[in-house]
Amino acid sequence: MPNKSDLPQGTLDLLILKVVALGAVHGYAIAQRLQQVSRDVVQVPQGSLYPALHRLENRGLLAAEWKDTETGREAKFYRLTRKGRAQLEDEAASWKRLTEAVGLILRMPEGAQ
Amino acid sequence: MSWWQRLWRKRQMEDQLEKELRYHIEQHAADLMARGYSAEAARREARLALGGPEQVKEDCRDARGTRWAEDFLHDVRYALRALRQRPGFTAVALATLALGTGATTIMFTLINGVLLRPLPYSRPETLMLVHGHSPTWNVQLYREQKVAYPDFLDLQRESRSVTIAAWLYDGGTVSAPGDPQYVDNFPISWNLFDLLGVNVLQGRAFLPKEDKPGGAPVIILGYKFWQRKFGEGATAIGSQVVLDDKPYTVVGVARENFRLEDNEADTFTPLAQDTAAYLKLRGPHPISVAARLRLGVSVGQVETELAIIGHRLAAQYPDTNKDRNFFAEPMHVDVGDARATLWLLFGAVGLVLLIACANVASLLLARSVSRERELAMRAALGAGRGRLIRQCLTESCVLACLGGALGVALAAIGARPFVKFWPGSLPRADDVQLDWNVLWFALGVSLLSGILFGLVPALRIRARRLEHSLRAGARSVVGGSRRVHGVFVTAEIAIAMVLLVSAGMLGRTLLHLSALNPGLDIHNLLVSRMALAPATLKDPGLMRAAWKEVLERAAQVPGVESAAVVDTVPLRQGENELGYWTSADVPPDNKLPFALATSVTPEYLRVMKIPLLRGRFFNDHDTLDSQPVMVIDDVMAQHAFGRTEVVGKRLWVPDMGPKPFLVAGVVGHVRHWGLAADDQSPVRDQFYYPYPQVPDALMRRWSELTSIVVRTKVNPLSILPTLRKQLRGETGEQVLYEVQTMEQLAKQTLARQRFLMLLFGVFAGLALLLACIGVYGVLAYLTGQRVPEVGLRLALGASARGIQWMVVRQSLLMISAGAAIGLTAAFGAAYTLRQTVAGMQPLEAGTFVLTLVVLMIASLVASFLPARRASRVDPMTALRTD
Repeated sequence: MPNKSDLPQGTLDLLILKVVALGAVHGYAIAQRLQQVSRDVVQVPQGSLYPALHRLENRGLLAAEWKDTETGREAKFYRLTRKGRAQLEDEAASWKRLTEAVGLILRMPEGAQ
Repeated sequence: MSWWQRLWRKRQMEDQLEKELRYHIEQHAADLMARGYSAEAARREARLALGGPEQVKEDCRDARGTRWAEDFLHDVRYALRALRQRPGFTAVALATLALGTGATTIMFTLINGVLLRPLPYSRPETLMLVHGHSPTWNVQLYREQKVAYPDFLDLQRESRSVTIAAWLYDGGTVSAPGDPQYVDNFPISWNLFDLLGVNVLQGRAFLPKEDKPGGAPVIILGYKFWQRKFGEGATAIGSQVVLDDKPYTVVGVARENFRLEDNEADTFTPLAQDTAAYLKLRGPHPISVAARLRLGVSVGQVETELAIIGHRLAAQYPDTNKDRNFFAEPMHVDVGDARATLWLLFGAVGLVLLIACANVASLLLARSVSRERELAMRAALGAGRGRLIRQCLTESCVLACLGGALGVALAAIGARPFVKFWPGSLPRADDVQLDWNVLWFALGVSLLSGILFGLVPALRIRARRLEHSLRAGARSVVGGSRRVHGVFVTAEIAIAMVLLVSAGMLGRTLLHLSALNPGLDIHNLLVSRMALAPATLKDPGLMRAAWKEVLERAAQVPGVESAAVVDTVPLRQGENELGYWTSADVPPDNKLPFALATSVTPEYLRVMKIPLLRGRFFNDHDTLDSQPVMVIDDVMAQHAFGRTEVVGKRLWVPDMGPKPFLVAGVVGHVRHWGLAADDQSPVRDQFYYPYPQVPDALMRRWSELTSIVVRTKVNPLSILPTLRKQLRGETGEQVLYEVQTMEQLAKQTLARQRFLMLLFGVFAGLALLLACIGVYGVLAYLTGQRVPEVGLRLALGASARGIQWMVVRQSLLMISAGAAIGLTAAFGAAYTLRQTVAGMQPLEAGTFVLTLVVLMIASLVASFLPARRASRVDPMTALRTD
């Protein structure tokens, strides 16, 4: 089993927004999706998933709606709002900039000066 | 949203949260079972992965962002429930707070109306008053210099930064409709209403063409005058009003409470139609001038422009306008000593509120000590300390706001009657109303006092080791709170002491002042202003004859001993102060000593019973053609001539012509400026000159100011109807107005002191009562906590007397400390009172001792009741409790 890493501060929101951007989805499915896509590398702390969802809903980045699942049970489905999409693009862009910058620094040959 | 909706929505949200989490756990468990877990193990694993459903729920509630509001509502509901459960405590606390905030709110309502509210004109912040100024003008004595009418016209024509309007305080006799009556008539420039942005109630304001010499005679009526003469709701437009023998057509009625610098007019006439000679001159400056800033103009620009115009006028008319300049200041009402009185009372009321807070704080503290275990339990169940403190503060703030609401109700009922109770008339009394300022203030005071009295009990939560209280009974924590309670009692006693000493000082001052000799015999003396018939006012000779006849007729009224004419009456407002000098080499005006100048007829001395000390008083030979004479009072004699002989000396009074006056006699000083205020008056010298020697040019002005004084053998008010009838004159147009007895006037001059003493007395009594309730409450509580100890002592052989002494000694310590601090603080209060109240007597030992005795007795009585109850404890029951 590969090493599991904790999520860096603040990235959970970004990941949730990205997953929800693919289509309306309920909380359990979000947790599943995150784990699968990251090939179990990212350990999603399930305890903080729901507070994060509620916070995003409260800020108007997500909208929620009760719908039946394919198994016929009622679940709370989240989807991205227009504001949420803008936020996702912003955060994704800045994440990309950050990782590129970090990558550049890490690729710096040692002792080159 | 109502309470129920909010509750219902909250429940719905909780249900959904529950459902969402359940779905998650069940799905997870189902997936795990598909991978081969047993049902039991799968559910357990799913729950663990989520990490405690209750914890997640709490986090979700926090994430909702409405958490604080929910907690707050919860706390408020809890507080209300707790208050309902203890009606006795709640009633006492609410009554105390309602009194404290109510009294404070009443005082603030007054301060708000009189000192803080903007003037009742449109956009008052752009309104200014324009004054004249010359270096020789004595502002301290005469207040701000007004403006000459020709100067006003020049300012009006030339100023670009402001529009200006003018009015004049004047009077006259309205002879129709109804009985002849003296009225306050303000001639105004046509644009005054427009400039102030005030609408008329009926009709219209003046037109520019009416504000011209010889314009159509039109008049605007004041609201009260209109009501009096025409009756409520009747239209007056088009009616005729005869003012000073001239018929005017009514074109408008001013709205209710329309005032100029707090003066309410009976009638308004166009200023330019006034033909009085002094309005043609640049020398006299009787005109009040209001200015409205034009859009985007700064005060600095106005000042500059006024200075330029003033400079030009000074160059053009050097005789009158040399060194005279003009300046503008924001429009305001001169509220006189009402300001100091209001702040003084506000301070006193604030002290009462502090006592109320201390009282409630000690009640709450007592309660919180017995609640210690409840709080400890909550902490043990996971409540944070911050959360507990917040809950305690919410509770005290709920209590304070309820008390504050009652206080506002009290203020709503009490503020208006209080204004009526004000000595004399309170400036801007119409503006004293409950408004948002007052409500915000009351809310602020309530919350502040809530935090103040809630903080100590709340902070104790932090101080206590909670698990300690959980383990022990309530008994074990008394020791710590005794000290805090002691502080409350000490503070309450100290504050009560300050108020008691102040009230005592005021009482003694009032006694002292009432006993002062006013310098004349105030009993059986009637004083009244009088207006001659308008036809008489045209000729000085007619006026002199009319006054002579008035005195002769007055002397014939049964019950009248003698009567005299005088321009300004002692103890009543109004005075004419002039500079004088002892040689012909007179320095400029502002370097001169000043004296009160009074013109009187020869009978005056006998009527007033002022003692003649040296020389003679006036007689019928002192006329316009004889040597000008004056009689001075002993203060002026001392001041001007020292110890040398005075009679026969000469005095120069530049404002009354170049000829010197011969000093004919010396009389006793009269407390003209009020029994109390006379000693502090900036001018104390007095001289009299014969009414017959008033020059012809001034006769009309003098006749408008003149009063008569009548010495009677019977109750002075009983002769009034006959006197009125006797003096009405042939046309019935000679009227008496502002009739008062000298005793009433003397009483009025002490009205402010009496009013302050009464209120301080009430506040001090209230403070004493609250402090005693506080002492009683604290001791009852402390002794209640000591019941087992007392039982033990009794069982071991202590006497009932010994137990009583033990309790009283404890309270004696707190009370003595409070009294000591209070005495020190009282020196500060005494200083403030002496600064603000005229004639205030210094603080002396007698007042101190009396206050101390009252306070000690009252508080010992309050502490004896719990002491006696303690001494009657049955030892066996006491030892068995807890």
